[in-house]
Amino acid sequence: MFEAIAFYLFAFLTIAMFFIAVTTSQALYALTALAAGMIFISAFFFILGADFLGAVQIVVYSGAVMALYAFGMMFFDTTRDVKEKNGNKYIVVGLATISAVLVVAIFAAPIVSQNITALYPMVEGAGNTQEVGLVLFTKYLIPFEVAAVMLLVAMIAGIVLAGKQMDLSLTLLDDKEIEEIKNKKMKKVL
Amino acid sequence: MMEIGLNHYLILSTILFTIGLIGVMRRKNLLLLFFATEILLNSVNIAFAAISHFYGDLTGQMFAFFVIAIAASEVAVGLGLLIVWHKRHGTIDLDSLATMRG
Repeated sequence: MFEAIAFYLFAFLTIAMFFIAVTTSQALYALTALAAGMIFISAFFFILGADFLGAVQIVVYSGAVMALYAFGMMFFDTTRDVKEKNGNKYIVVGLATISAVLVVAIFAAPIVSQNITALYPMVEGAGNTQEVGLVLFTKYLIPFEVAAVMLLVAMIAGIVLAGKQMDLSLTLLDDKEIEEIKNKKMKKVL
Repeated sequence: MMEIGLNHYLILSTILFTIGLIGVMRRKNLLLLFFATEILLNSVNIAFAAISHFYGDLTGQMFAFFVIAIAASEVAVGLGLLIVWHKRHGTIDLDSLATMRG
């Protein structure tokens, strides 16, 4: 009963938030709607008994990813309205076709796979976090380490790409120095 | 209706995936395109967690963790590239990417 109420409530909220994030023309609205949608999605994980996944969802998405986007938006001009593609007929038709095929595949998948058995079944008498730890550090140890290396690569890539000329602070320079830097940049571009 | 089964979660996942797909198709701004890809990844995570719960198998949750890790690194690298592109061209519209002359 409560599960059904929670499911429908959060389903409605999530769909509404993501719909706003996709359709709004203001980048800041899209960011906040996306952050809210991420939090609402973690509710599904808690309903499904995947407590650790829900906590990770809140920490990583609403904490790290959204903060990263918020900092990234400071570099861009986000105050003006976002231009949209005008409705191309072929795109709409292709979108509808892909969606329909996807729906069919998703509905057919559980029917096809009725006879599947659990590869790593839930452990009796252990919390979700313990179960996750047991599977993650035995069967999925090497993917876990590879993911760690991937995150390190991503961190270094982010620093190298975004960190150029970070030693210059626009707030500490006076106007003359900023003008000089601007002129230098113009020469570089030309 | 009141009994929430696997199909409910899969339908929700489909709806969210379609919303993300619409976003990917109609957004021109690269930053908002990234938002749409986040929606795609999250909708798949719901399906993974639901299947993991209803079949009593932890593999789905493991895959959801790795999807989250991939999403985090994608954001870091993608935003770095976007900042470089914005510094050079002053815009992050997709149209400015159409010609690959740098």
